[in-house]
Amino acid sequence: MSQLQHYLALVAAGTGLFGLVALLAGAPFENPALLLFCALSTLSLLRLAVPVSLWLDGVLAALGLAAVLAALPTPAVTISPFWLTLIAAWLFAWLFVDRLSAALAARRYEPRLGVLIPLLFGISVLVIWEAVTRGTNVPEVILPPPSAIWARIVTSTATLWADFQQTFLKSVLIGYALGCGAGFVVAILIDRSNFLKRGLLPLGNFVSALPIIGVAPIMVMWFGFDWPSKAAVVVIMTFFPMLVNTIAGLGAAGSMDRDLMRTYAASYWQTLTKLRLPAAAPFIFNALKINSTLALIGAIVAEFFGTPVVGMGFRISTEVGRMNVDMVWAEIAVAALAGSAFYGVVVLIERATTYWHPSVRGA
Amino acid sequence: MSRSLLPVLVVLAAIVAIWYAAAIPVNAPWQESIYQRADETDVPFSRFVLDTWNQDRPVLPTAHQVFRELYNTTIAVSPTVPRSLVFHAWVTLSATMAGFGMGTVLGIGLAVLIVHNHAMNRSLMPWIVASQTIPILALAPLIVVIGFNLFTGQLGMPTEPARFLSKALISAYLSFFPVTVGMVKGLRAPERIQLDLMHTYHASATQTFFKLRWPSALPYLFTSMKVGVAASLVGTIVGELPTGAVAGLGARLLAGSYYGQTVQIWSALFAASILAALLVIAVGLVERLVNKRLGARAA
Repeated sequence: MSQLQHYLALVAAGTGLFGLVALLAGAPFENPALLLFCALSTLSLLRLAVPVSLWLDGVLAALGLAAVLAALPTPAVTISPFWLTLIAAWLFAWLFVDRLSAALAARRYEPRLGVLIPLLFGISVLVIWEAVTRGTNVPEVILPPPSAIWARIVTSTATLWADFQQTFLKSVLIGYALGCGAGFVVAILIDRSNFLKRGLLPLGNFVSALPIIGVAPIMVMWFGFDWPSKAAVVVIMTFFPMLVNTIAGLGAAGSMDRDLMRTYAASYWQTLTKLRLPAAAPFIFNALKINSTLALIGAIVAEFFGTPVVGMGFRISTEVGRMNVDMVWAEIAVAALAGSAFYGVVVLIERATTYWHPSVRGA
Repeated sequence: MSRSLLPVLVVLAAIVAIWYAAAIPVNAPWQESIYQRADETDVPFSRFVLDTWNQDRPVLPTAHQVFRELYNTTIAVSPTVPRSLVFHAWVTLSATMAGFGMGTVLGIGLAVLIVHNHAMNRSLMPWIVASQTIPILALAPLIVVIGFNLFTGQLGMPTEPARFLSKALISAYLSFFPVTVGMVKGLRAPERIQLDLMHTYHASATQTFFKLRWPSALPYLFTSMKVGVAASLVGTIVGELPTGAVAGLGARLLAGSYYGQTVQIWSALFAASILAALLVIAVGLVERLVNKRLGARAA
């Protein structure tokens, strides 16, 4: 174990010991889970004599987090053992993560186990969030605990689904398809003229730095409150990344390959479909990935400027105004899930269609 | 640069031409109803075209209307009155700069931790990468409103600094992701052989950091700062939508859309774009200056 790990282990066990003392001084059997964890973490001081497996640290961390959650609903929880347990559990989690990543770096375990680390981190954040918000009575309007958000998601699935349908299935998907399609087609048309390419590429790159989202009020004025105006915003936001990337991709085929196509007497379209588009695929997928996030952002923000009474952006802005913060978080959770799923689907399609490309094979 | 100047100008001219051409049919119905109410028939086509280009509240304002509005609200009025776009742009710019500064410092700090600590890398990196795929901007109203209430309620701050700070927070939040990701890449850019060389010099971790890792990360830093500054401007503008903010380019956009003032919306949009361009150019200038001081060749 490194020096840092030694300190971590000592401080973690010491915190557990303090928790144990505090528990024994108060009412020790009110919270058996806290008592068990504090006793066990004090026992981990044995590592001064015998080496302790890193998995035991992991188990201790998990146990501590669980004990914190188990102690939460009890209103009469004496404060100090509870917080000491939380701190000790967090320290054990850190220790475990540190030891595991060192062990992984030394290739002592399968690399697949690395997924445990972000997982534990995420769970710890959720538990700490829950413990702090409920333990210190943070007002729900400032930060609701995750359990309240989850309860809200479960009880208002119908609303969330309607919003998802309006924003994602209509505005985002339609706008995304139109914007990416238009960018792709225009890029292929422009590609034939060197002059246009040189004129449009700097502009297209420049546009990516602009706050295009600001066209939302104009689009709402032109296309009304319903989804077409949001789809229009998405079209504009996704068009330029696709245009720029496709043009760059079409130039990616090597001159050797192009010369080969010429010796085959291949026509323009044959060269395009058999050589240049496949070579451009990584660029095009890059644009598709960037756009998957942009599209969702565009649709949600455009709804801040006026919608019918449904949609994720509408719900977020009105529920914030009504101080129903748990509903806002529920909506954000859905948006995050939709965003990562959308991105994930694009990545899967990329893997399936461009499996032959070095950039995908290497990953 | 000069090679692509002519094509860019031609394309720009074409865009303006299409813009003016499109304004005629788009604004035509309203113009016809004006003529009908005024009982005017047989309007010559040239006058009709000019009228569609100069309506009060056109569906599609033309370039000269937008620029006249920009001129009237920037140069023609004092920058202290709320009618002035300079005033609104400053409100947005100051929050953006504050947020961008915070976000960049935070992003660099996080990247340093990630690069120097295996456990941090493995715990944080997957989440940071995953967070790139979620619509973070959706959090803007929440952060702004909650931050505003927290600062004014719990902490007893006056409303103006509270509004400023909550906007800066969302803008920091948006700019720190690109900076972190870019800096992690940049700090890892030195090759094995260079790190080994530092090792043979018996350089400490701090020395390696400041003499090798930091200089080689600078190009990545500036690239991601350009992305970050654009993102934080968008964050501030979106952050100005929900708080009932009365100042700032976002508030100007929202007010324009409430009252159907299309020219005002377009001029706010142009002002925001100009601001974005200036910010990116400013980062680029700083990059050049730093490169010059470090004696690096221009990339």
